[in-house]
Amino acid sequence: MSGRAFVFGDNIDTDVMAPGSLMKLEPMELASHCLAAVDPDFAKTVQTGDFVVGGWSFGIGSSREQAAVSLKLLGVQAVVAKSFARIFWRNAINLGLPCITLDEAGEIAAGDELTVDLAAGRLENLTQGRAYAFSPLPPHIMQMIDDGGLMPHLKRRLSAGKETA
Amino acid sequence: MGHGATLVEKIIARAAGLDRVTSGQIVTARVDLAFAHDSSGPRRWGPKLKELGVGLWDPSKVAIVSDHYVPAVDAESAAILKLTREFAVEHGVKNFFDMVGICHLVLPEHGLIRPGAFIAGGDSHTPMAGAFGAYAAGYGATDMTAIVATGETWLAVPETLRVEWGGQFGRGVVAKDVMLFLCRELGLDNAFKAIEYAGETVEAMGMAERMVLCNMAAELGCEAGVVAPDQTTFDYLRAAGAPVEDEAAALALKSDANAAYAAVHRFDAAALAPQIAAPHTPAETAPVDVHAGVHVDQAYIGACVGAKIEDLRMAVEVLKGRRVAAGTRLLIAPASSRTTALASADGTLQILMEAGATLLSSGCGACAGMGAGLLADGETCISSTNRNFKGRMGSKEARVFLGSPYSVAAAAVAGCIVDPRDLLGEAA
Repeated sequence: MSGRAFVFGDNIDTDVMAPGSLMKLEPMELASHCLAAVDPDFAKTVQTGDFVVGGWSFGIGSSREQAAVSLKLLGVQAVVAKSFARIFWRNAINLGLPCITLDEAGEIAAGDELTVDLAAGRLENLTQGRAYAFSPLPPHIMQMIDDGGLMPHLKRRLSAGKETA
Repeated sequence: MGHGATLVEKIIARAAGLDRVTSGQIVTARVDLAFAHDSSGPRRWGPKLKELGVGLWDPSKVAIVSDHYVPAVDAESAAILKLTREFAVEHGVKNFFDMVGICHLVLPEHGLIRPGAFIAGGDSHTPMAGAFGAYAAGYGATDMTAIVATGETWLAVPETLRVEWGGQFGRGVVAKDVMLFLCRELGLDNAFKAIEYAGETVEAMGMAERMVLCNMAAELGCEAGVVAPDQTTFDYLRAAGAPVEDEAAALALKSDANAAYAAVHRFDAAALAPQIAAPHTPAETAPVDVHAGVHVDQAYIGACVGAKIEDLRMAVEVLKGRRVAAGTRLLIAPASSRTTALASADGTLQILMEAGATLLSSGCGACAGMGAGLLADGETCISSTNRNFKGRMGSKEARVFLGSPYSVAAAAVAGCIVDPRDLLGEAA
C-alpha cells in the first residue's frame, strides 16, 4: 500500500509528538495534538497508510510511548529517518510501527508517494521514481512485527506454556 | 585473545548469563531492578498485565515511585495516584514511594541502586543510576510491561563512548556545564551507544555530580551512562544504609585497560566556562557570555538532574544576602523530600526563602510539563533541568534556556542571563 510522505526535520522530539501537559488525555484526543508544534495541520490531514519522514535522531526525549502510539493511531504506516532515538525506536517496533533507518531520508519531499517492503529492505519513492535499499530488521524483530507487536508476541509466547524465550 | 571488556559489557554479560559479550550481539538479559513512576507505570502496566493474564515476575525487584502527578491538582491526576497506590498494594510492591521525590534520586537515597546491576526504568532519565556503576536504561510502557511480567528483555549490546576529563574545574563550573558542553560536542545522535565517564576530574566528583553526568547521557541519546564504582560510591551507599558487600567485585567492574571503545574523547576541566543551552535543544550550547543579557521571566531549579541538596547549596552560594530581581520569579522544587529536610536543617532553605524564592513540592513538576511552574506564550525561563524542547514547560511559544544551578540563581538575581562567576566572585 502506498502512502504520502509527511516530512519533518532533525531532532523531532517526543514532546512535540505527545506534549507532557496533555498526557492525561485519552489516546485519540492526545493523538489529535501530535506534532502540532511543528505542523499544526499534520494530525488533521494525515491518513491511514501515510509515512512520517524525519532527519537525525527522530523521537529523542522522553520514554513516553504515547509518541509512537499517537502516530500509530493516526494511521502512519512507517517512520523513515536518518536515525532514531533508541526508546522511541523500541516503542514503535513494540507497537508494530516499523522504523526504517535510511541515510537518504533527506531526498524524500513532502507529498511524495512511498511504498515499503520491510522483509526485502526496499523503499520506493513512486513520485521521484527512486528506490532505496535499507538493512532489514533483525529476525526476532520481524517476528514481533508479524505477530502485531510485543504484546501479541508475548501473549503467544506465554500461552505456548514457555516461561521465557 | 582480542580486547578486554568495558564496564557495560561486563554488566550485560553477567545479566545475560554469558562469559562475555561483544557490541552488536543480541542478548536476553535478566533484570535486577525494574522501576517506573505514576505516569509510566501501573496505569500502563495494569491493563496489559491483565490482557496477558500474569502478575509481576518478582515484586521484590520492582519499585514504583509517584513523582509526576504529585501532588494531585485535579480529579484525573488524583485518580492516577490512587490507581498507583492500589496497584502497589495489590501486587505486593514493597518498594513503593508515594510523593517523596523523583524516582532517579529516591531510589539511590534508599540504597536500591547497586553497582553492577542491570536496571530497567520506565523513564528516559533512568541512566542516572549509572553513576553507581550500574547499566540502567529507559524503556517505554510496553517494554516495561514485558519486563515486569517476565523479568527479562532483549538488547543489542551497545558500543561504549569513553569521555575522559582531566584537571580541576574553575569556580562556578560543575558537572551540568560538562553535560551541556558534551551535548554540543558529541551531539544528541548517539542511540544504541553507552557512555563511560572517567579521568581524574570524574574520580574527584561526589555522587551528586556523577549523577548529573549519567542523567544527561539521555540527552546525548545514549542508552546508558556509567562511572566505575569506587570508594565514593561505597561511602554513599553505606550512608544510605545499604553498604556494598563485595567491594572487590564492584571495583573489578571497571573497564579493562585494553577494552574497545567506539571513540575516546579527552577534555580539560580547567578550560571549561559555564555553559548555557539555548532554545529549543540541549545541543544549542554556548559559553554563558554568548547569552548574557537575555531577560528571564522565570528561573527554575528543579528536576532529577538539577535540584539535589548540592544544587540548592550552589544556588545559596549565589543568593546569600541577595534578592531575586523585580520582574523575575525564582521557583525551587527540591528533587526529594529528603532534600528539603536537609535544606531545612542546614539553613539552605531559609536563605532561598529570604532571597524571595517560591518553594514547590518535590516531583517532576514543570520540567515534565505537568506540575506547577509552567510558562506562558512569549515567556523566557532559565532552568536547571535537562531538556528545553519546544512546549516542554508549558506554552509552545515559551523559550527555555538550560544552565547549572549557579547560572540559574545568578540569572534570578540579575533578571537576565549573566556569568555566575561574577556573582560568586563577590560572594566568595
